[in-house]
Amino acid sequence: MTAKNDTTFNLELHDDGIAVITIDLPGEAQNVLKPEFAQEIKEIIEPLSQDSSIKGLIIRSGKKGSFIAGADISVLKSVETAEQAEQIARTGQQMFQQLENLKFPVVAAIDGACLGGGLELTLACKGRVATDSPKTKLGLPEVQLGLLPGSGGTQRLPRLIGITPALDMMLTGKQLFPKQALKLGLVDEVVPAANLMKAARKRVTELSKGEQKKASMGSWFSAKGLQKLALETNPIGRNVLFDQAKKQLLKKTRGNYPAPEKILECVEKGVNQGQAAGYAIEAKNFGDLVISSQAKALISIFFATTELKKDSGVDSDAEAATVDKVGVLGGGLMGSGIAYVSADKAGKQVRVKDISEKGINGALNYSWKLINKKLKRRILSDSQAKKIISRLTGSTDYAGFKDCDMVIEAVFEDLKLKHQMVNDVEENCSEKTIFATNTSSIPITDIAQAAKRPEQVVGLHYFSPVEKMPLLEIITTDKTADWVVATCVELGKQQGKTPIVVNDGAGFYVNRILAPYMNEAGLLLSEGVAVEKLDSALVDAGFPVGPITLLDEVGIDVATKVAPILQDAFGERMAPPKAFDKLLEDDRKGRKNGRGFYKYDKASKGKKEVDESVYRVLGVEPTKHVDKAEIVERGILLMANEAALCLEEGIIRSARDGDIGAIFGIGFPPFHGGPFRYMDSLGIDKVVERLEYYKNLYGERFTPAPILLKIKDNSETFHQ
Amino acid sequence: MSETAAKKRATAKQDRVAIVSGLRTPFAKQATHYRGINAIELGKMVVNELMTRTELDPQLIERVVFGQVVILPEAPNIAREIVLGTPMNIHTDGYSVSRACATSFQSIASLSDSIMVGDVEIGIAGGADSSSVVPIGVSKKLSLALVDLQKARTFGQKMAILKTLRPKDLMPVPPAIKEYSTGLTMGQNAEQMARDRGITREEQDALAHRSHTLAAQAWENGKLDDEVMTAYASPFTKEPLIRDNVVRFDSTLEGYAKLRPAFDRKYGTLTAANSTPLSDGAAAVLMMKESRAKALGYEPLGYIKSYAFSAIEADHDMLMGPSYATPKALKRAKMQLKDLDLIDMHEAFAAQALSNIQAFGSTQFAKEKLGQRTKIGDIDMDKFNVLGGSIAYGHPFAATGARMVTQTLRELKRRGGGIGLTTACAAGGLGAAMIVETE
Repeated sequence: MTAKNDTTFNLELHDDGIAVITIDLPGEAQNVLKPEFAQEIKEIIEPLSQDSSIKGLIIRSGKKGSFIAGADISVLKSVETAEQAEQIARTGQQMFQQLENLKFPVVAAIDGACLGGGLELTLACKGRVATDSPKTKLGLPEVQLGLLPGSGGTQRLPRLIGITPALDMMLTGKQLFPKQALKLGLVDEVVPAANLMKAARKRVTELSKGEQKKASMGSWFSAKGLQKLALETNPIGRNVLFDQAKKQLLKKTRGNYPAPEKILECVEKGVNQGQAAGYAIEAKNFGDLVISSQAKALISIFFATTELKKDSGVDSDAEAATVDKVGVLGGGLMGSGIAYVSADKAGKQVRVKDISEKGINGALNYSWKLINKKLKRRILSDSQAKKIISRLTGSTDYAGFKDCDMVIEAVFEDLKLKHQMVNDVEENCSEKTIFATNTSSIPITDIAQAAKRPEQVVGLHYFSPVEKMPLLEIITTDKTADWVVATCVELGKQQGKTPIVVNDGAGFYVNRILAPYMNEAGLLLSEGVAVEKLDSALVDAGFPVGPITLLDEVGIDVATKVAPILQDAFGERMAPPKAFDKLLEDDRKGRKNGRGFYKYDKASKGKKEVDESVYRVLGVEPTKHVDKAEIVERGILLMANEAALCLEEGIIRSARDGDIGAIFGIGFPPFHGGPFRYMDSLGIDKVVERLEYYKNLYGERFTPAPILLKIKDNSETFHQ
Repeated sequence: MSETAAKKRATAKQDRVAIVSGLRTPFAKQATHYRGINAIELGKMVVNELMTRTELDPQLIERVVFGQVVILPEAPNIAREIVLGTPMNIHTDGYSVSRACATSFQSIASLSDSIMVGDVEIGIAGGADSSSVVPIGVSKKLSLALVDLQKARTFGQKMAILKTLRPKDLMPVPPAIKEYSTGLTMGQNAEQMARDRGITREEQDALAHRSHTLAAQAWENGKLDDEVMTAYASPFTKEPLIRDNVVRFDSTLEGYAKLRPAFDRKYGTLTAANSTPLSDGAAAVLMMKESRAKALGYEPLGYIKSYAFSAIEADHDMLMGPSYATPKALKRAKMQLKDLDLIDMHEAFAAQALSNIQAFGSTQFAKEKLGQRTKIGDIDMDKFNVLGGSIAYGHPFAATGARMVTQTLRELKRRGGGIGLTTACAAGGLGAAMIVETE
């Protein structure tokens, strides 16, 4: 690996005394940092530090549009102990310390993604210049993997840009655009790519003359400047700041995620006790986090989504057809959302059809609002925004539908109506047009029965709100052609979704595993467990919202419409609580009509209040006590057990898809890594044991899936 | 006989210029539905929808020729802005034309020329105008001072320039309604024409009433549904506009009599109701070489048979353009007025339309002004503006020609085919006439 040509770090010396290191990982599209680079860097830097003719050093990437995307996290897979991981952090810290110790100015020339370890490297430089390319993004996303920036990032970032913005970056993992980075002082200058090296050279010269970028006087008198003065420059203020930060993050993590707290600890120690203490705690905390179950789960999600990005969705080598124009039937909430992601994210031409002009206007307004928001935040220019909007057009008839490559229907859930849509599309569109239905409850096979070309009928189950929810469930019947599936997978990815391909069956995958979980919450409620107890138990367990809140949001009418379909298909284990019919009789549909389990009148702003009258409707007193742990376990076990059945029946293609579907579609606690990872880490024998336990107490619905028994007998796990 | 038949067959074999399809936005009175939406946005709206409805691959469109009369200083080339601002192919060429109220006659004619000489085979022509978003300028003195200020170096020089300005110089200046060269307004011109010909208020009101009544009928009978798109305008909170909001669906003759003259308050006969109102809108046509259209499987609306433009004096009888351009176009088509099945004349003012109708039927006019012995021909009112005209629909300047061509071709088709004349007057003493045919 010492042969100069195929190394990652290549050094050039220039006449002006400025050395340039170009980072170019051989054979890869992106640069990532690996532990073995420490030696390589050392071998390059040591001679430089001895060379008195060198006036400065510029570090750049040899990959266009990509600086360093982060550290290679596959390395962490083989780590077994916290000490090993701590050593990895130390190595990184030392590597960057060498860089920082160089006597001459070092400037990072950043073009493209500069994330995680990549940003930490630039933080060890004395100056940073970046391109204005839309690909240039700077951030420390480690927290999203349950980790922390372990190569000095928790120490150098607060010193460079201040504690508050540094915490904001590290605790959210957000990625900054060049302009934002410039504003925060994370980079010194933003220039067009062609001027990057010129700007870097200029910065080296400035630094060698001892010039510092000085904050303007005005910035001290801004609200942020004053806040910084009050909170960050004295120990009392800092204590207030850290206390507040901790309170806020605990509110979000509910103690389920250790990484944010550890990051906070590193920053606090570094600021209050000095650098040495800071680096030490950073390495130690990094070690602890790497072997934590949360990080393992989050990293597994990362790998699963990376794999899914490459997955065509079919086992054959069928290729996706080109999609230029997407038709959307129905301008309601779902149709509007689908139209938006197709036009903005995927860049398709979109034709919306609705029975009324008003419906079309509504759909266009939906996109306009989202695009306008981006315009206001300057993510889009005025002309870009107008161009995107111009991709969306509407019609109350099928004019302009003939050349649609795909039509997605999002009309009312009624089989007859859906059949009508299939016929209309076959009549008004081309022979190649794919008919996709966004039904959430009707089997695709039933819808396809009306089709002349059932091989072109497929389910595309989007989740609401479409522009936010990351999952796309693609449902295939035994007739759906592979090229159709591949086309949908490709479109879904372009729309910014993570698609999973599932087989047709009542409830498909996501709603099917959600149903027993929701039913269980409903049963507990109708036994007299208070609404807020149920919701808070499951939110504390890591779900984004509680099951009863979810019912209100989705609509009680919708839920009670889907439930019987599942009950018909799967029998008693899917029976919804009988008391729920009473809710509909009382005209409770949830948030949409302002009558549900919670109050929605305008007077009760702020914290949501339970509408106590709901207990009377259900005929219960909310006095029963059930242990929080039991509430959570019963819900999650039923969901996981149903997921296992789905795998067994071939509804999902793999445990990986099952995990991603549950996390992205339902919000299954990510730190468990999905229902299958959850069962694996609990131990399949334990899962079976707990199911049997509840079965004895509460009945057949807890019967373990046969596949669980099989896996248990063979002492296997779902994931290898 | 056999010779002319053979000739006809020969010309039929020759590729004609096909109007494949046409579309317009509903027209809206100034500062109503399209308040705040400029001509370019209106143009984009109609071209985008035309492209979507005709399901034409954007890559095939070689050129867009478009026009606007009230030109936005920030974007004078509306045609190219339409290409850049819609899902059109960036390699589609675009240039803009201006011929006052006959602007989209010009854009159609220019594109037609390009198709005839084989420069392009597929293109879109049209025009858009907004009277709701207009460039409000600064006074000439302020404008001069601002330019001088840029050149001034010292504070003293700058002060000296600023001192020349008076408060009234700071008032914004709306676009001129007077003709640049004659200093007269359109209304004054039309008023003069009515006065000199003795056209009465009653005749004018009757024509206006006829126009509104026929336009309302056309809408009610669904004749316009397929040539007028529904306008969805950002931010998409206002009710979409489905029909022109200018057309009076409850027009009564008595209603017109109540209004006071608009231009000559004392002796005038022109009112707001017998003149076309200021309005906003856009119209476009998809044009192709005949053989190309057929190869792509399109059934064109019709074909361009001939066209002609004319120019006369601009300070007297300025709006007589149709009477000069029509005989030229007829001659080029080797036809006579009686051969036509429909005549569609732009109604800037009832007085102007009536003046031209008079001139068409006047042998004296033909002898004195056209230098021909016979009159152009008496206009059969059963063929004249059968779906109403600009008084009823409104007149977004640059959109009117394309509206008339599409509307006439579709009406001819409904009547089982034939030949129609579309003609308009325009500021500066210009006239346009275009003869179109269907199969």
